[in-house]
Amino acid sequence: MLTARTLENKLSSLYKGGKIVGGVYLGTGQEALSASLGASLIKGKDCFSPLIRDQAGRTAFGEDMLDATRTHLGSARGPMRGRDGNIHRGRPHQGMPAMISHLGTAVSVISGMLIAKRMKGELDGIVGATSIGDGATSTGSFHEGLNMAAVENLPLVVVIADNQFAYSTPRNRQFACESLLERAVGYGVGGVEVDGTDLKATLAGMQQAVTSARQGFGPQLVVARLLRLCGHGEHDDASYVPQELRDSLMGRDCLDVGASQIIEGGLATAEDIEIWRKEAVEEVQEAVATAQRERGPDPYEEDWRATSVEGMQ
Amino acid sequence: MSVTYIDAIHQAQLELLREDKTVFLYGQDIGNFGGAFKATKGFKEEFGPRVLDAPISEDAMIGMAVGAAINGMRPIVEMQFADFSSVAFNQLVNQAGTHYYRTGIPIPITVRMPCGGTPGSGPFHSQMVESIYAHYPGLVVVTPATVSDAYQLLKESVQLDDPVIFCEHKFLYRWLKSASLKGDGLPLGKARLTRAGKHATVVTYSAMVHEAVRAADRLAEEGWEIEVVDLRSVKPLDIDTVLASVARTGRLLALGEGFPWGGVTAEVVSRVVAEGFHLLDAPPLRLNAKDTPIPYHPDLWAAHRPTPESIVEKLRELLNL
Repeated sequence: MLTARTLENKLSSLYKGGKIVGGVYLGTGQEALSASLGASLIKGKDCFSPLIRDQAGRTAFGEDMLDATRTHLGSARGPMRGRDGNIHRGRPHQGMPAMISHLGTAVSVISGMLIAKRMKGELDGIVGATSIGDGATSTGSFHEGLNMAAVENLPLVVVIADNQFAYSTPRNRQFACESLLERAVGYGVGGVEVDGTDLKATLAGMQQAVTSARQGFGPQLVVARLLRLCGHGEHDDASYVPQELRDSLMGRDCLDVGASQIIEGGLATAEDIEIWRKEAVEEVQEAVATAQRERGPDPYEEDWRATSVEGMQ
Repeated sequence: MSVTYIDAIHQAQLELLREDKTVFLYGQDIGNFGGAFKATKGFKEEFGPRVLDAPISEDAMIGMAVGAAINGMRPIVEMQFADFSSVAFNQLVNQAGTHYYRTGIPIPITVRMPCGGTPGSGPFHSQMVESIYAHYPGLVVVTPATVSDAYQLLKESVQLDDPVIFCEHKFLYRWLKSASLKGDGLPLGKARLTRAGKHATVVTYSAMVHEAVRAADRLAEEGWEIEVVDLRSVKPLDIDTVLASVARTGRLLALGEGFPWGGVTAEVVSRVVAEGFHLLDAPPLRLNAKDTPIPYHPDLWAAHRPTPESIVEKLRELLNL
């Protein structure tokens, strides 16, 4: 969480300073949820399709920070080699597909990864997971994907960050149900609702869902109520978020809540957290500096081929 | 003993399933029912979990196939009708089509698209889709016209590491018969000279190859020798074979069953004009279906798509230019 926040703050500065082109999309305020998911999965075994606000989950799942800085800064050495940017990155053969911008589409992709494992007899004890926002639950792709996963009884965890706004559109213009958890019943899947600002509660709910999926109880929906504490992207000042909401319990920073819980639980001291913060800053500086030193893609060396087999274009 | 076009598709899938354990089938009603056109008849019994019925969710069907391909499988998705692939358009062009370029990881999926018109099928069970998918990078678009091509190109498509839109023409399913599945061994990517001639070239693909041959037969009675080129795949487009034919005849008619705005025939004409202008003795012409939705009534349908009569008429126009 701390590493992700530190990295994302730096990415925001780089964007605002004109060093990152395209866009920067942050998960500020959603780190407890995303990290809980990433930390509940096993790299090298599970599949995880992160979405737009999942830096914390990526880090917890074990993504190399260089993948993030290289992709944002357009290094030719990143996993996307300058062909795609920012959060549109992944390493599909390491269980992490690269998201496309069309929301909801990852639900069926992760399901397909699980079906492949099932056909090869490798599915035992495996979980696939993906994240989505409240707005993206309005897509046909989300519906088709979750319904299909339910039909196939796949060990899939779909995490909904109900962060109150899809870009600027409030949730009452997205759907008419009180809680998105109601959808779980409709799809015939398990579900749990958590306060996404509360690290301890979120982690407990997440582990319950991931364990259920892992044990063969089929798809699980995790719905987290929280507030996005940033714009849709760093170009957006989120002025549409009412002050009352920012001041409410939902508007509290999950990082502060998490720090208190860690200290109160005796897991670490305030000094420890301060050391982690400094370590995170150093790690981020190093990853940014490395990516900044590297060359971008060369249009004259680019093969401009969209198929792996030659002669198919 | 004769085999039909749909038999060829059935046989190719049967062999693929038997030869390669990473091949599996996903589609609506393809399990015990054997598919709307019986292209998967009997497979459920033999291959069990590798033949999966899908919900009516074309978007999820393609997303699932992409995910399975990432993890080493070679899915064949049966779109019950090519028309319904519009629902999966996003997953096809944005997920499957971009994947190799973005990540370096190829997506070996084959999407079988029962396309083209049959009498009485109407606006939503008759469409051609090759032009829209060929427009997008990253997709291979195959359009077999013969029984042996349906068999061989389907096998090659599934064995190819890239996503393939396999346009199988419904009108040919049971009407088109051949003594055997064995063809001439032309690989995917090569066009075929279906009929040799010297006065004009018709470049076409899929079911229109047969209509073009009929038109050529009629004109042969008057002494015209029409060459017919079957593209076999529209992407890749074998422009070399097309240009070689135009070099012999000097005249080009690009013929297709798709809608007339843009598309494969426009692409053929544009490439021939750009790369072989000096070979042309007359302006190249195009003949497509009409620019309306595909009508239901058999009489309207038959006049909506190019017919031997309308092809003959167009060729006369070309020969008189």
